[in-house]
Amino acid sequence: MANLTLNINNKEYRLDADPQMPLLWAIRDLAGLKGTKYGCGVAQCGACVVHMDSEAVRSCVTRVSRAAGKKIVTIEGLSENNNHPVQQAWQQIDVPQCGYCHSGQIMSAAVLLRDNPNPSDADIDDAMAGNICRCGTYLRIRKAIHLAAEMQQKTANG
Amino acid sequence: MKTKAAIKPSRYFHTKALFALSAMLFMIAAIASSFRSKEDDPFKKAGKQTINKDSIESVKAFASVYKVLMSPRCMNCHPAGDVPLQGDDSHLHTMLPKRGTDGTGVYAMKCANCHQETNTPGLHTPPGNPKWHLPPADMKMVFQGKTPHELAKQLMDPNQNGHKNLQQLIEHASDTLVLAGWNPGEGRTLPPLSHKEFKKAWITWLTKGGYAPAPKPQ
Repeated sequence: MANLTLNINNKEYRLDADPQMPLLWAIRDLAGLKGTKYGCGVAQCGACVVHMDSEAVRSCVTRVSRAAGKKIVTIEGLSENNNHPVQQAWQQIDVPQCGYCHSGQIMSAAVLLRDNPNPSDADIDDAMAGNICRCGTYLRIRKAIHLAAEMQQKTANG
Repeated sequence: MKTKAAIKPSRYFHTKALFALSAMLFMIAAIASSFRSKEDDPFKKAGKQTINKDSIESVKAFASVYKVLMSPRCMNCHPAGDVPLQGDDSHLHTMLPKRGTDGTGVYAMKCANCHQETNTPGLHTPPGNPKWHLPPADMKMVFQGKTPHELAKQLMDPNQNGHKNLQQLIEHASDTLVLAGWNPGEGRTLPPLSHKEFKKAWITWLTKGGYAPAPKPQ
């Protein structure tokens, strides 16, 4: 066990954890933030995606020691009032069915829109192919990402 | 009959002209030499390595090198397309992550998002290395589908091998990402030679001249 400090959603968490512990465990069980989900545990499904220094890492295979000293953002910290364009578009399109994978979907989509404000369908496929949805909401996910891109551009243009 | 005075200027002229001509030729040679790029010949930068060209030894060593480079542990990250390969059958990587400009992936699908600094425990989990990536888009360094002749030529060409000279090629055998092929994580076969055997064949191939095996007859 080791004393580690994690910065999650701009808040410092002092944790006593095995350095090999998956970041997902630390986020959910030690920091108590339950929005990030466990899916496969082997980086295959994307349910556990969080941002680590702005990249969409899979927290189930990321050791907590790798996250120490870095800036972690979970679905709870993506925006102050759940008003990130992706979150708003998700609500407007009513994307989720069961919803289990959608914190990961939204975190991945947010990185896509940061890097590419006007993604094509092919860009969306390239960015989102690692996020699995067993309910098959892919068409709504794509539609919502296009809508979020429009919202983001409108905000940027004032 | 020629007088002494008539001969002297002629002799003086020839000696001076020859001296000037020699000096000019030396200067031209020196200037031309300075314009010759050292990159023209990778062996110029071989440093401490002794070059003792032997095409038969070199090509023989490359046969071992080729077997390793075409094994899944090496070839899977040198695909013909922009999606890495995966597994001992070299299928397209699940989730179809793309190479991206610098070889580290795109958007939410960067290599390091799943591939950690070390292997993840468990069967068929993501293998790890701090530098996990594909070759960049502007120099894909494709292994997949290459014949021994084509691959040897490509590896020796600085414009296709990541701008590596001979010394850098030799050092590349000990790169941590190359070494990761011999620590592939659970459920993956090792390359057909040990790293020691591979490195010996690699250096032999290079120091014996980096010769390419003959292309197969059409």
